[in-house]
Amino acid sequence: MIRLSSVEKTYPARRGTPPHTALKGVSLSVGKGEIFGIIGRSGAGKSTLLRTINLLERPTAGTVEVEGRDVTALPTRDLPLFRRRIGMVFQHFNLLSSRTVYDNVALPLELAGASKAEIAAAVDPLLPLVGLADKRDRYPAELSGGQKQRVGIARALSSSPQVLLCDEVTSALDPETTRQILALLKTINRRLNLTMVVITHEMDVVRLLCDRVAVMDHGEIIETGVTADVFANPAHPVTQSMLHELHSLDSLIDADLSAEEVL
Amino acid sequence: MLSAILPLLLNATLETLYMVSVALVISLLIGGPLGILLATSRRGELFEAPLFQLIAGPVINAARSIPFIILAVAIIPFTRLVAGTSIGTSAAIVPLTVAAVPFLARIVEGAVREVDSGLIEAAQAMGARPWQVVAKVLLPEALPGLIHGITLAAVAMIGYSAMVGAVGGGGLGDLGIRYGYQRFRPDMMIAVVITLIVVVQGVQMLGDWLARKADKRNI
Repeated sequence: MIRLSSVEKTYPARRGTPPHTALKGVSLSVGKGEIFGIIGRSGAGKSTLLRTINLLERPTAGTVEVEGRDVTALPTRDLPLFRRRIGMVFQHFNLLSSRTVYDNVALPLELAGASKAEIAAAVDPLLPLVGLADKRDRYPAELSGGQKQRVGIARALSSSPQVLLCDEVTSALDPETTRQILALLKTINRRLNLTMVVITHEMDVVRLLCDRVAVMDHGEIIETGVTADVFANPAHPVTQSMLHELHSLDSLIDADLSAEEVL
Repeated sequence: MLSAILPLLLNATLETLYMVSVALVISLLIGGPLGILLATSRRGELFEAPLFQLIAGPVINAARSIPFIILAVAIIPFTRLVAGTSIGTSAAIVPLTVAAVPFLARIVEGAVREVDSGLIEAAQAMGARPWQVVAKVLLPEALPGLIHGITLAAVAMIGYSAMVGAVGGGGLGDLGIRYGYQRFRPDMMIAVVITLIVVVQGVQMLGDWLARKADKRNI
């Protein structure tokens, strides 16, 4: 479904800053209906990598194939059409404050030039699917974080995409809401057989949601495999330390205390 | 006494409103697109245009630094060319518009820049074309700020329009100068000032009300 081959992204030098390489030859492939996780610390290049899939970031080298087609070869004017086949959900929801829930979900269809009847036919069943049937005419300011993210998910689904890109979608939510959103994503994945690429820095998100996972560090994929295997037997030291961090507050406290004793 | 003042006052008020509203509409039609382009043409933005950025900024700043009364006199040949005359209410619309365009361009730029860049990214990810990002996302999301800014411009232009009285422009300023100042009629001067206060107050209240209605961020 998605195949990245030796994707590189280098930002050119600007006044005062040297050129910055965010992606150093990343290759991966995601199968139809799969939930693929990409985990890494902030600055590892996850976000850039995700954005090369819908070409919000154009790779400096390498190719991106979606549904068997090399999309890096697409001219800029053809990008809007291609992007309608890929939904995207964001950490900070990115909902339009001036539109109601219904109108937010309708936006991708409106952009594609759909008629009012077509829009209603697509949006009306989506609202109950994400549990927002009763919030149809509310504005984002009237919703909780979890509800806003449900709108974000419904909006990403409204143009019937083949792929859903999730950018830290639970990072702004509390643990209970996170679980509900993850469950919703899993339901959607099963019901629509939708391919998903999920980036996160939260180990729990990968553990609960993803079939396979890639671990990123400094613009490279350092480890990839079935989620359970990577969690059980992390091969790379960075993966090991990331997994270890879950239980590592004690060691940090110990280090702080012993530093105090030296003083 | 008052009955002698009132018809003059009413007529002058209508003249002022006419000058300001026509000038406001025309300058919005020119300054609006200019402001949108200013807000979206830096490197990596929607309508990247480094040359425009390089030129438009200083030109707008220069235009805004010229005191209005000097501008109004300096462009009299241009005014005559456009309006056919340099005296009267319709002629006064020309300098008012010229002064308001750069002002509104900056106001629109500011309001559009306030829109979260995440929304632009989200729209692009949905397959929005650049003009759709402007029409469907930037303008609706910037609307409360735009209304506030346009109100600000309208009030400033009412002030300017009082100055065009000095170059024979008609309106409340003209009335104040000719009757109140040159004929030593303090009653007329006070009446003009009070009318201006009422008009400005009304415009500001209308703007605030519209902006509140458009703003769905705090419900």
